[in-house]
Amino acid sequence: MHVVGHSGEDRTRTARSVNVEEYAKHGLSKDRLLQMLRKMIQIRRFEERVERLFLQEGALIGPSHLYLGQEAVAAGAMSALNDGDLIISTYRGHGHAIARGVPMNPLMAELFGKATGTCRGLGGSMHVSIFPEKGILYASAIVGSGVPIAAGVGLALQQAGKRQVAMTFFGDGATNTGAFHEGMNLATVWRLPVVFVCENNLYAMSTRSDKAIATESVADRAEAYRMRAMVADGNDVVAVFLSAKEAIENARKGEGPTLLECITYKLKGHGVYDKAEYRPKEEVEEWRKRDPIDTFEAKLLKTKLAAQADIDQIEKEVATSVEESVAFAKSSPVLPFEELTNLVYAR
Amino acid sequence: MPELTYAEALRQALREEMLRDPRVILMGEEIGVFEGVYKVTRGLLQEFGPERVRDTPISEAAIAGAAVGAALAGLKPVAEIMYMDFVTICLDQIATNAAKMRFMSGGKLKVPFVLRTQYSLGRMHGAQHSQFYPSIFFQVPGLKVVLPSTPYDAKGLLKASIREDNPVVFVESGALYRTKGQVPEEEYVLPLGQCDIKRKGNDLTIVAVSRVVGEALVAAAQLEEQGVSAEVIDPRTIQPLDKSTIVESVKKTGRLIIASDDVKSGGIGSEIAAIVVEEAFDSLDAPILRVASADTPIPFSPPLEQAYMPNAQKIMAAAKRLIG
Repeated sequence: MHVVGHSGEDRTRTARSVNVEEYAKHGLSKDRLLQMLRKMIQIRRFEERVERLFLQEGALIGPSHLYLGQEAVAAGAMSALNDGDLIISTYRGHGHAIARGVPMNPLMAELFGKATGTCRGLGGSMHVSIFPEKGILYASAIVGSGVPIAAGVGLALQQAGKRQVAMTFFGDGATNTGAFHEGMNLATVWRLPVVFVCENNLYAMSTRSDKAIATESVADRAEAYRMRAMVADGNDVVAVFLSAKEAIENARKGEGPTLLECITYKLKGHGVYDKAEYRPKEEVEEWRKRDPIDTFEAKLLKTKLAAQADIDQIEKEVATSVEESVAFAKSSPVLPFEELTNLVYAR
Repeated sequence: MPELTYAEALRQALREEMLRDPRVILMGEEIGVFEGVYKVTRGLLQEFGPERVRDTPISEAAIAGAAVGAALAGLKPVAEIMYMDFVTICLDQIATNAAKMRFMSGGKLKVPFVLRTQYSLGRMHGAQHSQFYPSIFFQVPGLKVVLPSTPYDAKGLLKASIREDNPVVFVESGALYRTKGQVPEEEYVLPLGQCDIKRKGNDLTIVAVSRVVGEALVAAAQLEEQGVSAEVIDPRTIQPLDKSTIVESVKKTGRLIIASDDVKSGGIGSEIAAIVVEEAFDSLDAPILRVASADTPIPFSPPLEQAYMPNAQKIMAAAKRLIG
């Protein structure tokens, strides 16, 4: 874990992780670790199934942005939140929802556009993670626009004085928008309890972040706002968890916002139809070796924090839930068209 | 009944709603220490403190975005965008986020916030500080759009807007801030989505909006002297729009003028004309006429600005075309 001071004197950007032998020292019980592994496996298997439903079965259509490869970010960051904390997600939100504990049935049903979906079929993949019952208040499909909204959520929490925090996710591309900078600035000047989690997957669609971002890193941008910045290995769920935990604790104590940059990589392209042929093969291979689930499982097995049987059990349960969700979605009805006009305004 | 200015009436509404509901907060540029560029928020920082009356940076996307987020998380923010021209800077938050949230979430989300703004047409503010374009919001279902024309309406409609569970764009007229009108001392709230018939008449219907309501009433008084009885209808909100009051009036009079400060093409008049043609075509005895601003950006030069915008004389001229 790496913390950048306000003066920016330390400009190294090495993403560090806590050695697996030290997990216990950081209060990471076997239960907690397996819980994080389960979240990641849930996301992975759900997304793989979604991809098949799109590309092989033709059962799903429309834009959908898979979270494959980024599982450690949502699983780690969400695991550090409490029940009362609030989240602003994005159009790449399947993973956020699953990591926060939104059941798969309404998620899958939403992707199918069914009335039993999280948004009754009116949101689709890009808004599927909206689930206020679990504290996910919104998911915007406008890049960067969730950042000032998260600041506003933080404002409401600050005013309520209950030591809750807001967390928002966005990609590296979002950090080039005006909304991002305006939201960051406001969060700092009002010292809002917000954790800004940048999922830096190195590409905004096909545009490499080093060709689009003027600073050396995303975290550098925080210095312009005298905001605390942290960089975590976004493929290391424990590194993300511990970084997020620290950022959340600071926010709870009234010490204001943090920009947490999690460096990760998409296993697939920007959207489900994008083959991502613009990325060098060697780079993709290099990141595949750092698969967040494989590497975490290897660590847990090596140190006997988990047995293969534990993992097999999780896989089995997850596979059942995923298949159930597909059946649930397929057999669900579509909302009657006449209902639409009743859903535009609150009455 | 006491006489208040339009600005004072708005201030009373804000103050009363802040006293009534602790979730109501104000945020915007220059609303606290400076008390608003037109002094609408005078005294409120002193009374309610900096947590509830928040001066913001010049940061429209953050103002609107944070208001949306705060509304999602339980507050009832009243955000101020200093000039309506600046609303385009944060249109994403209003039109693409706030307006669609309830629908996209399948009816789960509520976004109770008010975006107060004003337009300064008629006050020599030039092309970038005068524009009035509420009609863009006809294309944005999910918002309510309120356009008060009197101190009485300003207060009652603002109170209603703050109590709404939906995002409301509340457009004030800068030219009206110092105009006076009677405002009752006892509490009242006006419904959103109900026209107010400002003057009854039988020969001609004039639908007028915001600043132009006063101009229409001047024109109606002059028409009366010439034996023409004009009915003046103020929609007060264009979203939702009380169509039936307008349609019923046209069925009675057979003639319609729509007068408003927006640019003529694609404006409020265009929409109302279309509705009346759809719903009262057989009642029309004459073409529908629109009295609106010219289809150019707003000129600074004072005589040019006066020539550019609607006024009582232009409404009179339109009426003469209709009555003959």
